[in-house]
Amino acid sequence: MRGVAVTGMGLVSAIGNNIVEAHTSLKNGKEGISLPEILKTGLKDLPVGEIKLSNSDISNILQLPDDHSYTRAALIGTLAIKELLSNSGFDNFPEDTGFISGTSIGGIDKTEEHFHNYKDHPEYRKYIQAQHPGFTTEKIAEYFGLKEVVTTISTACSSSANAIMMGARMIESGKLKRVIVGGSDCLTKFTLNGFNSLKILSDQKSKPFDNDRNGLNLGEAAAYIMLEARELIGDKKILGRVSGFGNANDAFHQTASSENGEGAYLAISQAIKKAKLSASEIDFINAHGTGTRNNDLSESVALKRIFGDTVPDFSSTKAFTGHTLGAAGAVEAIFSLLAIQNAEIYPNLNFNSEMAETGLVPVTEFQKKEIRTVLSNSFGFGGNCTSLIFQKDE
Amino acid sequence: MSDLHTELKKSIIEQLNLEDMEVSEIENDEHLFGDGLGLDSIDALELIVLLEKDYGIKLTDPNQGKEIFNSINTMADFIEKNRTR
Amino acid sequence: MSKIYINGISSVSPQSEDIYENEIPQTYNENILPAINIDYKSLIKPMMLRRMSKAVKMGLYCSKKALQEAGIADPGAILVGTGQGCMQDTEKFMSNMLESEEGLLSPTSFIQSTHNTVAGQIALDLKCKGHNMTFTQNSASFETALLDTVLLFEDEQVQNILVGGVDETSEEFTGFQKLDGQIKEASINNLDLFASGTSGTIISESAAFFTLSSEKNDSTYAEFKDVQIINKVEKSDLISKIEEFLSRNKLRLADIDAVILGRNGDSRFDHYYEDLQQGLFAEKCQVGFKHLVGDNNSVSSYAFWLASKILKEKRISQIFKLNAVNCNAPRNILIYNQYLGRNHGLILLQSH
Repeated sequence: MRGVAVTGMGLVSAIGNNIVEAHTSLKNGKEGISLPEILKTGLKDLPVGEIKLSNSDISNILQLPDDHSYTRAALIGTLAIKELLSNSGFDNFPEDTGFISGTSIGGIDKTEEHFHNYKDHPEYRKYIQAQHPGFTTEKIAEYFGLKEVVTTISTACSSSANAIMMGARMIESGKLKRVIVGGSDCLTKFTLNGFNSLKILSDQKSKPFDNDRNGLNLGEAAAYIMLEARELIGDKKILGRVSGFGNANDAFHQTASSENGEGAYLAISQAIKKAKLSASEIDFINAHGTGTRNNDLSESVALKRIFGDTVPDFSSTKAFTGHTLGAAGAVEAIFSLLAIQNAEIYPNLNFNSEMAETGLVPVTEFQKKEIRTVLSNSFGFGGNCTSLIFQKDE
Repeated sequence: MSDLHTELKKSIIEQLNLEDMEVSEIENDEHLFGDGLGLDSIDALELIVLLEKDYGIKLTDPNQGKEIFNSINTMADFIEKNRTR
Repeated sequence: MSKIYINGISSVSPQSEDIYENEIPQTYNENILPAINIDYKSLIKPMMLRRMSKAVKMGLYCSKKALQEAGIADPGAILVGTGQGCMQDTEKFMSNMLESEEGLLSPTSFIQSTHNTVAGQIALDLKCKGHNMTFTQNSASFETALLDTVLLFEDEQVQNILVGGVDETSEEFTGFQKLDGQIKEASINNLDLFASGTSGTIISESAAFFTLSSEKNDSTYAEFKDVQIINKVEKSDLISKIEEFLSRNKLRLADIDAVILGRNGDSRFDHYYEDLQQGLFAEKCQVGFKHLVGDNNSVSSYAFWLASKILKEKRISQIFKLNAVNCNAPRNILIYNQYLGRNHGLILLQSH
């Protein structure tokens, strides 16, 4: 059997605090987009995919001491991995478990909160290091006693997809036997204002792949999966396999995607080749589909280049969760695995009319359907394009 | 050359970090993008901010920028007609 | 897997690259060290340069130099380690946002605040569509980029990889590092770093990039053998970790000729190195570099530059030496670095 086995997963997002909740939301077409309540921002009218748990709620759930220095991304990341731990068959993770986390902004929430406090308030200085993403990863690692290979990938919106890819490669090469991979990103004023300054946030609920789409909704999430080498699996239940992956650079623009979707095309091609599949064997695509004019067109063009006139069933789940930036690849990895396990396709919400340029129509209703192979796309600033392929264990 | 033209050139040089450039080196009808001054789409976003900040003009559709930012002349014309401050 | 050769190197740091030959150090009497001035315009177009922060400039400049030296135009992959990322633009956007209370903001600094800006800009400049990755794990950032290098060469999909480490300083964010004790309170002369006896270190900005290839050529410096990252290790277990690392590379301790150590003058954590200097590595030629180039999250890339120089020139420049042990024609060099007792990295290089 090709591919690296997935043996556990955990997820916190705007559509649920665990996998069962998220799965129910996906099946019922119940999105988690709202106006910001937990995030204190002046941009109150921009819809977001917010996890309705405050930092102190999560600290309580995790039973952290009062003086902890966890960032919000560390809190939701820990919560997600707690779920992963519970369904991966361990009481505690063995010491040689690796940890590769993807995040775009890590603990910037603390930097923006305390930027003006550090000078006069020594009690907040514990967050000074939170400015760099590795700090958040280490906080999560500390909670679970992970001490060996602990590292962070930060490639904007493809971060956690790249973490999954690197983890799979580490297992394939034998450098690790077991690794937790995925990512965490929380809502911040920094990212909300940043995307707002780029004028790519929608003031409505996002409409991926729609002709009248007018931008994305930001979201927050943490999602992690456990990858294990063949010899460790025994009779454990395998949730699916990571069988293909590819990363390529669009080398076109700092933020925008090229008109011909070159980076996406290359990443998808590599992933299909790595999985030793032909394009026609892809049953379903979990698209990046952010809902911006630029991404959805560029991605559609890339899909047409790969699949011609027979583009497989596809949808973007970002209308459910918002665009969770560095966590998006891992969130959608879990959605892909759920689709495989449950023989289901989750809909692309808020879609009305197909894009004039490509005429592609995503799946807009929940469907039951045998799914053996899923392609999941994640594209980020800096031209960073990553595609992953998940397959049924059979 | 009107004051507005000069003012625009000064703010473009400053806002877009065109450090080595003098006001006198930018022609009123020179293309700001592509083969002219060589500005790119990130500069276009900066110019949108400049319009709003300095002249109270809010562009709702970034695509509008293409014509407005063609040259100093087209920018000045647009500003004269639409400025709120 | 094929061997991995270091065929091009370049660094920008608080010291000139000539320091290895002329041994004339720049001295600083402050605890935040800027990288020396470089004529970036010689390699980067002014229209591109105008928006670039220091990290992007240093990273792109070193990339071009390292590729030129190896005679490579388009590497198959670009891998960057940066612990703190594009701090200058992050700080700029954040300050503007806080000052304007989330008012009208210009997007450029936000665009350039993402951690993968350096790797993305290099790809854009080189039109390189290959694998492009950015690792940001404190002092293990560059080491993780090396780890990915090994994985890519194992796959045998690429022949040449551009890999590097880069970190910049910025006014407020780096200033914060004084407040939480990462930077020494009292200003010191950098050459006195190891004798300072106080907590904290001196923080700098630097970049070092390398062309790593599966084939040797005329410019080859050395062979890059292996890398290991360890997030947390008890000091008592460090020796066994080092021995495991050597033995997996079929080396005994006796085979190591020189060790490059990341001592940074922080009295709280330098004992990790001191114990090795007096114990396991007592008979080895010991080399330091942070008294010259300061410390930052990816400064182990400078140690990699230094090891490459040593192995090519087959001698160790006096100014980097920490002890009196001599070493003629060094063959195997081990680099060991950590920061604040975490994120330990081991890197092994061998003469080719």
